[in-house]
Amino acid sequence: MDVSKLTITETRALLADRKINAQELINAFLSYIRKTDGDTKAFINVTEEQALMRAKKIDDAVKSGKNLGPLSGVPMGVKDNICTKDIKTTCASKMLDNFLPPYDATVVERLHDAGAITLGKLNMDEFAMGSSTENSYYFKTKNPWDGGRVPGGSSGGSAAAVASGQVVYSLGSDTGGSIRQPAAFCGVVGLKPSYGRVSRWGLVAFAPSMDQVGPITKNVRDCALVLNNIAGHDSLDTTSMDCEVPDYERALVDDIKGLRVGIPEEFFGKGTDPAVIDRVERAIGILEEQGAICEKTTLPNSKYALPVYYVIATCEASSGLARFDGVRFGCRSEAEDLVSMYKSTRAEGFGPEVKFRILLGTYLLGPENYDKYYTKALKVRTLIRDDFERAFKKYDILVSPTTPTTAFKFGERMSNPAAMRQSDLLTIPANMAGIPAITVPCGLVEGMPVGMQIMGRPFGEKTLLRAAYTYECHRGCDYMTPTTGGGLGEGV
Amino acid sequence: MASIWEAVKRSAISANLDVSEEELDIYVQRIKDIIGTMDELRGISTENTEPTVNVLSAQNIFREDTVWEGLSRDSALKNAPCVEDGQFRVPKIV
Repeated sequence: MDVSKLTITETRALLADRKINAQELINAFLSYIRKTDGDTKAFINVTEEQALMRAKKIDDAVKSGKNLGPLSGVPMGVKDNICTKDIKTTCASKMLDNFLPPYDATVVERLHDAGAITLGKLNMDEFAMGSSTENSYYFKTKNPWDGGRVPGGSSGGSAAAVASGQVVYSLGSDTGGSIRQPAAFCGVVGLKPSYGRVSRWGLVAFAPSMDQVGPITKNVRDCALVLNNIAGHDSLDTTSMDCEVPDYERALVDDIKGLRVGIPEEFFGKGTDPAVIDRVERAIGILEEQGAICEKTTLPNSKYALPVYYVIATCEASSGLARFDGVRFGCRSEAEDLVSMYKSTRAEGFGPEVKFRILLGTYLLGPENYDKYYTKALKVRTLIRDDFERAFKKYDILVSPTTPTTAFKFGERMSNPAAMRQSDLLTIPANMAGIPAITVPCGLVEGMPVGMQIMGRPFGEKTLLRAAYTYECHRGCDYMTPTTGGGLGEGV
Repeated sequence: MASIWEAVKRSAISANLDVSEEELDIYVQRIKDIIGTMDELRGISTENTEPTVNVLSAQNIFREDTVWEGLSRDSALKNAPCVEDGQFRVPKIV
């Protein structure tokens, strides 16, 4: 059986109809991972034993007629900065090479309660700092569409594993685009929920005021199904909002008549590849054909989002990563005295990009720079939020390309950090404002996928999903795969 | 150059990071490259603008003051590089 193209809905149907049992299904996926991951390198750790144990429990429950959870038996992958009890959680860093969390992240616990089976932990940029997964301590993950290109980052392993069919869906984290950018590069769906919609308990923080966990899936329905199971208040995360969680699957209605769509002109600027713009404009055309009212708008302060992000994210990271000191967890370099031990442990345990961001953040928080850069960035963040607030008084959603270009080649931007930063140009504004944003594949440019980004009001995931679902219904294929292209050619 | 180099060196000390002078040269150059874009922010008028520390409007989130089971001592120590007598062991402090 070819399991690589299964969606959550299809997998659930196979299991419910007893066409396959959970252990057979998991074995088929493990076999597929063994066959493909030597090349793709999406997994840092495949959790075969735990997955088969969990599958057996599900098969036993089926035999005894017990009610099963909504994701029972469906295999997933988890980004390696999300804690999994007694399973290594490395953040793709030497610092945490042997870290075994004593608890599951809330998102993992909720998915396991729903019957999900974790197949393993997925590669990423070290501590989620990067846009290509080239900053992993372990190895580089390849883009399943073209092995010479990056899968994006920082959730590159999560996106590549879904695109190549090694898992049905995965979890990623998104601080400045780390779910949406790799999902767009790999031709899959990725959602950054509203800040506060999904618990961050057990997510190893990069920049806590912007981090969110979210799903990467093959289609929009799967995205809604995963969100249904991870959204909601968690008393262990004080930034998780205690507000109603709708049934996101019920939002999947093929109807956007009268939906007001804003098209922010700053997101279609000179830094964005005209061919990418062309594919997104065609997708907007489909939204219009379905009855959406689309018009150009402006978010004038979004052009400052990139520097604001780099100030805030590095300042938060430099403070948060102070806890990695070789005392309670992680690696340790032996030294004569305590401070020398801290210094050598951190020098040895962190990679160059993490060290750079810690240094930059510490420098920006210094007494001579704090107000000049940090306080200023927080104020400009308010202006960016205000732009969105104004726009959402007039529009239900905003639509743009997810990334300025398609996936780039390995090494192409490692020596050019400014160019690397540009790949997050269009995703960062949503993190600044804490709003939800989804990417949906909308065509190819020279054989590589393009993503359309849809942004919505805070806690407006239902509207995002409805718009994305409607587009998907009329796009011409259910989902795109690297082997088939999903029927979406260059000219779509 | 000298002043930013010294400031970044001080930052490395504050951040408890051992950084060689060669590494420092590279990091200082990268910081100089990115600080230019950050300097653009200084020209933006934010006179009457409040900073955004948290995008959520909710404040003061309370919970019931109840006791629940935390990590056991063994679990808390399991990942420690060095343990002695049920406690984290570190090199000499003074």
